[in-house]
Amino acid sequence: MKRFIATRILLSIVTLLILSILVFVASQVLPGNVARNILGPLADQASVDELNSQLGTDRSLVVQYWDWVTGLLTGDMGTSAIQQRSVFDIIGDSVVNSAKLALLAFLIVVPLAILGGVYAALKEGTLRDRTISLGGLSATAVPDFVWAVLLIVIFPLGLGIFKPTATAPPGSNVFEQVYYLILPAICLVFVLFGYIARMARAGTLEALDADYTRTAIIKGLPQRTVVRQHVLRNSLLPTIAVVATQIGYMIGGLVVIELIFNYNGLGKALFEAAQRKDIPVLQTGVLLVGVVYLVATLAADILYSVLNPRVRLGSES
Amino acid sequence: MTASTSDLPGADPILAGAVRPDTTSTEERAAQRERLRLLLRSKVFVVGALIVLVWVVCAIFGDAIAPNDPFATDPLKDLTSPNGTYPFGTDRVGRDVLSRVIVGARDILIVAPIATILATVFGTALGLVTGYFRGAVDNMLSRFIDAFLALPTVIIGLLAIVSLGPSRWTVILVIALVFAPIIARTVRAAVLQEREMEYVSAAQLRNERTTYILFAEILPNVMGPVMVEFTVRLGYAIFTVATLSFLGFGIQPPAPDWGLQVFEHYGLISGGYWWPVLFPALAIATLVIGVNMMADGIAKAFER
Repeated sequence: MKRFIATRILLSIVTLLILSILVFVASQVLPGNVARNILGPLADQASVDELNSQLGTDRSLVVQYWDWVTGLLTGDMGTSAIQQRSVFDIIGDSVVNSAKLALLAFLIVVPLAILGGVYAALKEGTLRDRTISLGGLSATAVPDFVWAVLLIVIFPLGLGIFKPTATAPPGSNVFEQVYYLILPAICLVFVLFGYIARMARAGTLEALDADYTRTAIIKGLPQRTVVRQHVLRNSLLPTIAVVATQIGYMIGGLVVIELIFNYNGLGKALFEAAQRKDIPVLQTGVLLVGVVYLVATLAADILYSVLNPRVRLGSES
Repeated sequence: MTASTSDLPGADPILAGAVRPDTTSTEERAAQRERLRLLLRSKVFVVGALIVLVWVVCAIFGDAIAPNDPFATDPLKDLTSPNGTYPFGTDRVGRDVLSRVIVGARDILIVAPIATILATVFGTALGLVTGYFRGAVDNMLSRFIDAFLALPTVIIGLLAIVSLGPSRWTVILVIALVFAPIIARTVRAAVLQEREMEYVSAAQLRNERTTYILFAEILPNVMGPVMVEFTVRLGYAIFTVATLSFLGFGIQPPAPDWGLQVFEHYGLISGGYWWPVLFPALAIATLVIGVNMMADGIAKAFER
């Protein structure tokens, strides 16, 4: 058990290290001269050189990479030369916003999808099962921004309820913020329902088929008790993993939804950083998205192994 | 071992127990006919194929079908709401939205399949190598794949745009880079099962070259999962091309690309001008759903 967790953590650290190198190469090495990119093609060479030495981008790549990583480890994210603000402030605000949206969406979709998946499994093969399974998958297949457009056309434009922009006026209370955030959250519900419901359905089917369920039924326990005590608990295991893998997408991956709803989340911040070639914000923000994903999947794996002894023992043998 | 492999997903049932794949070529053909018959009987597949066909026709003959010139601007008729002359209305510079939606099928239907083919070729090769060699090669490549998959596709797109600049090829490269590892994982899982089969050890005993074993012996037997992955990824590729061109990464204005049309007009939607956004968005949705229905049918046909 301890060995499994230790190996898993070690592997995540190696992955994170590789990721940081990939991000550094893509954002700093490939685009070339940093100061030239900021100042434009018309600036004279002397001021380009001066800005490069000011930003430290005239040093060797290894030194720059080392500086960036050690800075991050000691909590120093650097400053954005373009926005004249600390990277921590820019990213911090947008991560909080992204987290709010993600939380609201998860609060709606996770119970709904688990309920739908378990229900579909209990009615396996019927029309209701097919409606939930196929409907969920079709909703997932439609790009997120198509849902965003449809929802805006139907609700604020058609029915006059909810807002086409997700940013609540400053000083709004929780309920007002939720009111503004509800449409992008529903978008995410459409995108995620199919994934989570499918996992919950598969988990339930497996649990229904398992020996312990058969024993419980033969013992004469009522169906309700069997489902609640034996099936539900086991069917939720695979669902944890899929929720975890989606957290990385929710924090940072929602570029399009945040743009359409004009919401200042991490995705929009990274998009703007890429447009302006604001490299410090971009590389640290992108790495953060990766860290969120790796930590979430790591936590899910550990939780999974704690809850399910079969995984734990299997990996140790 | 040999008896049970026929039940494994993706393993070709007729090849289980066969020492050499080529002795079963007539059976293989019969199995292919059977699959085709299953496909054509599947309603989901046929409906999906019809939807895709409509868009393919639009892509090829779009210029002839479109009622108006998709590039002709008319400042006097900008943002006309849908009516008899313009069933889908006009956009912010007075171009006919219907014609742009019809002709817009072309770009996405060129870029997405090219990207998916590249991803499938890379991914299959990667999966064959990692599954066959296992050990150190597999471990190292797996860490790279993990690192890559930790980022959402859009974010990888953002990095690519900064490092490579916006172009059709950037979009193709991003999709190929992101999808290849995913395809590689599926292929790797299938190869892990295949490499234990007798025909592989027979080839090893005959001292065949490794490339021969990989591509001539194992590859034909994992074509099932490869085909399924290809169609599933094609659906996602269309989705991704639309997303990346929405972000201005790929196809550039004034091309009538769907994602680009949504991008150029989404700011107007809260002002009530929904038609230049909604119709291209629906076009994307129908194409993605059509391809996914085809993928579903193909996956089911290969599962039997």
